[in-house]
Amino acid sequence: MKILIVGGGMGGTILANNLARRLKHELKQGKSHITMLSASEQHMYQPGLLYVCVGRMATDELYREQTSLLEPEIEFHVDPVTGFQLDQNEVTTQSGKTYGYDLLVIATGSRAMPESVPGLAENSVNCYTEANAVEMWRQVRDFQGGTVTIAVGVPHKCPMVPLEVTFVLHDYFKERGILDKVKFQYTYPIGRIHSLAPVGEWAKGEFDRMGIQYETLFNMKEIDGANHVVHSEEGTQSHYDLLVAVPPHKGMAVIEENGLGQSGWIPTDRHSLKMEGRDNVYVLGDTTNLPISKAGSTAHFEAEVLAENIAAIIKLGGPVRDYDGKVFCFIEAGSNRATYAMFNYTQPPAPRAPNRAVHWFKMAYNQLYWASARGLL
Amino acid sequence: MAEKHQIDARGSYCPGPLMELIARIKQAEIGDELEVLSTDEGSANDIPEWVKKVGHEMIESFQADGVWHVVIRKVK
Repeated sequence: MKILIVGGGMGGTILANNLARRLKHELKQGKSHITMLSASEQHMYQPGLLYVCVGRMATDELYREQTSLLEPEIEFHVDPVTGFQLDQNEVTTQSGKTYGYDLLVIATGSRAMPESVPGLAENSVNCYTEANAVEMWRQVRDFQGGTVTIAVGVPHKCPMVPLEVTFVLHDYFKERGILDKVKFQYTYPIGRIHSLAPVGEWAKGEFDRMGIQYETLFNMKEIDGANHVVHSEEGTQSHYDLLVAVPPHKGMAVIEENGLGQSGWIPTDRHSLKMEGRDNVYVLGDTTNLPISKAGSTAHFEAEVLAENIAAIIKLGGPVRDYDGKVFCFIEAGSNRATYAMFNYTQPPAPRAPNRAVHWFKMAYNQLYWASARGLL
Repeated sequence: MAEKHQIDARGSYCPGPLMELIARIKQAEIGDELEVLSTDEGSANDIPEWVKKVGHEMIESFQADGVWHVVIRKVK
């Protein structure tokens, strides 16, 4: 069986490695073949960008060569897909090549789109690309006081970022000794300060204790850069001196250009992870349209289920389990404390109070991630 | 011509049904109806609250077989 994985991010990489181990004999005998097509020869640890924004991590710590992470049996090409011909079981690539498959997995991820809100790209900073994180660091470093407004677009990758970026900035200005000159104005799209109700309750107490102001039901409509004002869809305004954005996201352009899903999100069955209407196409991570967090852990747990199922399809003739919606998110809470939220389609999260042990485990995980990408954790 | 869209947000704790609606409503045309399916009872309150504040139209909200159906129309 020819398995083609499009995308070399966390989901695609864990899937490929997990599958290569499960199909060791089939690959050796030439009965199965795994090919990965990616847009980059580098693999980025995206959560590290949060630390880059406050000068706690250097950019070169974020990357590994993709080939160093992959099992040697996996055929890897840096050749982004430009066309999906699903009726012919083929994709075409930027180099002009055509790749056939028996089973296709699409894990192309998502991208921040600050340009989708008028004025946002020109007047804000964010932590969603290396260049943007470095620019945010420069502006944060040069900031001498005033109002820091956090504005959140929908949908966005990693639901904990709005809180985490607020907490790490609070820590940073405290360490610099200018916290008394900084006012935080946190805004959030729905009627509480985080989408997970228990997390919102906990964070509200933290914000009150730390003097962080917040406004809920606030969705960015446009930014008036000349007057330093964010206007909301709800008709309110928020002044800023430094605007920290969590920009709205879209799936990759190639998905929408090929008619696979509006805004780049592919309609996906929530349990089998099959693309709707297709028996031999699966979708992983941010690329799905599922109503769950766009986060690395989502891609990780989906990839584990899918690897087990693809191996079972080959060995047993059918899949063996469903994806249950499992998500696990660390939450950096500032002051060297962290907590986490874990939930699935049926079990709500019940986060505990943050503590130092979880923070230091998160710091360790920043390195353990590479073992995770190899499919070892 | 106005279309009807269904947003299946059953079992969604994060980002949650209202956040799913906010994301999808940007892609809809004025006049389109959006029906949110939610297993979170809070959706029956927080979706109408947001719809009223932002100025869209609330059409109906009902529960059937443990699932909330909240239907709105995009008007601006």
